[in-house]
Amino acid sequence: MKGCSFGREGEKSLKETFSEISPSDFFYRNRDLAGFTNPARALYSTVRELVENSLDACELESILPEVYVRITAYDPLEEAEPKKYVIRVQDNGPGVEPERLPEAFGKVLYGSKYKLRQSRGMFGLGGTMAILYGQITSNKPVTIETSVDGVKRYYYKLMIDIEKNKPIIVEKKVGEGNGLRGTVVELVMEGDYFRSSTKIQEYFKQTALVVPYANITFIEPSGKIFYFLRTTTEMPPPPKETLPHPHGIDVEFMRRTIRQSSDESLAKFLSKRFHRVGLKTAIKFLQYAGIDPNRSPKSLSDEEIVNMVSAMHRYEEFLPPDAGCLSPLGENILAAGIVKELAPEFFTIVTRPPSAYSGYPFIVEVALAYGGKILENGIKLYRFANRIPLLYDEASDVSWKVIHEEIDWKRYRIPQDAPIAVIVNISSTRIPYKTVGKEYIADRPEIERELKNALRETLRKLSAYLSRRSSEEHEKKKINMYLKYLPLIANFSKELAKKSRPPNYKRLLSKGEEEERQKKIEEFTDS
Amino acid sequence: MKSSPTARKREVQEMLKVLGEKIYYQIENGVFPEIEMPSRSVKNIVYDEKLKQYVVGKNRVKRSSKNIKHLRPFTQTIWLAFFVDKLIREGKTSTLRDVYYSAQAFGIEFKDQAESDEIITDLEALLGRAREDYNVYPEERSAIYGDITIEYTTPGHEGKRLNLASHPDGYLIGPSLSTAELVETSAKMVFAVEKGGLFTRFVENKVHEKYNALIVDTAGQPPRSTRYFLRRLNQELGLPVYVLTDADPYGMHIYMVIASGSANAAHLTELTVPTAKWLGVTATDIETYRLPYVRLTDEDIKRAYELKNDPRYRDERFQRELDVFLRKQKKAELEAFAKYSLDYIVDKYLPDKLKEVKEL
Repeated sequence: MKGCSFGREGEKSLKETFSEISPSDFFYRNRDLAGFTNPARALYSTVRELVENSLDACELESILPEVYVRITAYDPLEEAEPKKYVIRVQDNGPGVEPERLPEAFGKVLYGSKYKLRQSRGMFGLGGTMAILYGQITSNKPVTIETSVDGVKRYYYKLMIDIEKNKPIIVEKKVGEGNGLRGTVVELVMEGDYFRSSTKIQEYFKQTALVVPYANITFIEPSGKIFYFLRTTTEMPPPPKETLPHPHGIDVEFMRRTIRQSSDESLAKFLSKRFHRVGLKTAIKFLQYAGIDPNRSPKSLSDEEIVNMVSAMHRYEEFLPPDAGCLSPLGENILAAGIVKELAPEFFTIVTRPPSAYSGYPFIVEVALAYGGKILENGIKLYRFANRIPLLYDEASDVSWKVIHEEIDWKRYRIPQDAPIAVIVNISSTRIPYKTVGKEYIADRPEIERELKNALRETLRKLSAYLSRRSSEEHEKKKINMYLKYLPLIANFSKELAKKSRPPNYKRLLSKGEEEERQKKIEEFTDS
Repeated sequence: MKSSPTARKREVQEMLKVLGEKIYYQIENGVFPEIEMPSRSVKNIVYDEKLKQYVVGKNRVKRSSKNIKHLRPFTQTIWLAFFVDKLIREGKTSTLRDVYYSAQAFGIEFKDQAESDEIITDLEALLGRAREDYNVYPEERSAIYGDITIEYTTPGHEGKRLNLASHPDGYLIGPSLSTAELVETSAKMVFAVEKGGLFTRFVENKVHEKYNALIVDTAGQPPRSTRYFLRRLNQELGLPVYVLTDADPYGMHIYMVIASGSANAAHLTELTVPTAKWLGVTATDIETYRLPYVRLTDEDIKRAYELKNDPRYRDERFQRELDVFLRKQKKAELEAFAKYSLDYIVDKYLPDKLKEVKEL
């Protein structure tokens, strides 16, 4: 495993380990890191990884996803948890080319995802990790069916050679495609559904919130079926691949890129291989770094590579990364999901302009939903990173910190126990997770700032809505009060003044309404 | 003040009609009706050195039917005006509690009697007349006994006369008595006593004959109708009023309210008897007569300090007595004189004290 990079954090220790053991072996030994801590968590992570792979595959080709997930007990008579479960995930995605299939599913860190493009999974690791975990706990091969054209359908039974990080094909068959495209993954693993059912159901509910364009069916071991139906056919545009931004690369990556290149000059090399670097910028930068732009990239010594990379990180003239490669949810899709899953009385969505941290572009979307029949009192936080729901370690997440520590809710006159949902989606080519388990996002100042601004804007809107609502209620109440009391006053004054008929109070009623209208117009023009 | 109860009723009726017309024409002209009255907030209550009582200051408050917060009390006030106008016309009276219940029949709500009492006080401030003038009375407790002849003005009893020495339990100072004309009396003074027990002792010991006195039981802090009646005895018949209370700060204050009025009724100036005298029992009397005593409570002490700072207590005699209370920490009841004999208070204490206050 050469030239792998996990970003600068923790880079050193991982690299050292890799020189001695295979990635499969590494993840086998460190499965806690990837969210396979115990049978309950492992079952949840397996479902999640496989569903994410299916959704990613569909979205890449703009296919409206149909995802079917079933968990059944391997032995229906076995009762005690943890026990063996069969997990089956089926999609209508583009399928996997048969010649690529064994490597794609049977080798850790292989796959289309190891590129700079926004997707749910980061390293093509999760799915294979699930297969690996299944194999370790059940000693059963994984079954994969796939068809890219609907004409032919391939069946594979695979095992992973952990030490060598290589797939072993146990069985291979070809059959009729019957016009069905897509992929089915079925594996057996030790899990604990009793202890993970809440999280798994919550995972589907939250996923449905951000992919309202998908049909998702989930059948739990008891046979109970959960349907999450499509309510929009609008999909986010598929994310585009992008070159790495000079602020975001490390020495190892640079070394690898140089090795693979055949460019004769450094200036050309930089302008071809990096995002936001043209020939002019490359030359200016190399002058800044004190390196001859005409030198061959391969002539650089290790020390010179290190110096060049650190100069790149310092150099401020590079334009920030372009967010064109990102695929945020978009307000229409998020709105459809919120209406479908939360049915709130009021909601608002704010999409922040693209920003960047350490050379990685990101976009923050925040939605605030209020009231309705589904939301319970208190603030419920829904966290998404590249549309993946994050369900664990909420209090360690940057969004939680912003909501509970950085925002003064009193300023917006929103009661603490109001029925509120805050939905946060962060889209980036690299989400700064704090762990490989992908459960919470680090408090990068750039991200924190964008979150804060977005949340404040949604709160201002909610606050305005609430005060408008209460003033409308107030007006209604006022008119009702007039209707109730003015006739009484008129009548008593008639009696006191010894008149034969009550005074005409109707003019006052219409006057009251007219003044309210006037007041509203004035308030509007003022603001 | 000199006007008779009947004339006062007519004045009130005229005021109510003016109020009704004002509101009627405001509505007719498309204006949200509003009323104005003296503010009864603490800030607007000041001590009048000349009158020696609390009075309301110059601040006035406006109550507008346009303001949603005023609308309900506004309607309640107008209803009350309508209601008492009807009471006067029909020659009926109503207790505070009756008012609270009567509202319901007219579609007016009061959440409790405290709210209706508040509106009744508002109307007093608005008209500048005590509620008794518009036939609303509290539950009566206090009584009078002695040789005085009154003539009822109450409908159905007009012209009927009664001598108040005819029944030894005394006569309730209620609506009919309060509004009766005072015809004639042989009395030379009035004793107002704090307690029913002492009232009975005074009647039994013929204080009314021995001193040529009328005896009034204030039943604790006297209701306004009683204060009003004491004032009439004092002003119309020229009778001096002497007050007898327990020897504690609260007893002293019963006297002070009769003489100088209360802050609660600062908007009314015709309830006081400025020349009334406090006979006792004073703090000094506890020592002089070696009366059985109990210790002052924390509550009593707090009250004594409050009274020391009250402008009504500026007189040197009251300051001295309050100081004795605070120094000796003792209080005693009127009944304490029974230590010597049941007659002692009438035969010994009363003449002593009358002599003492006449020398003041």
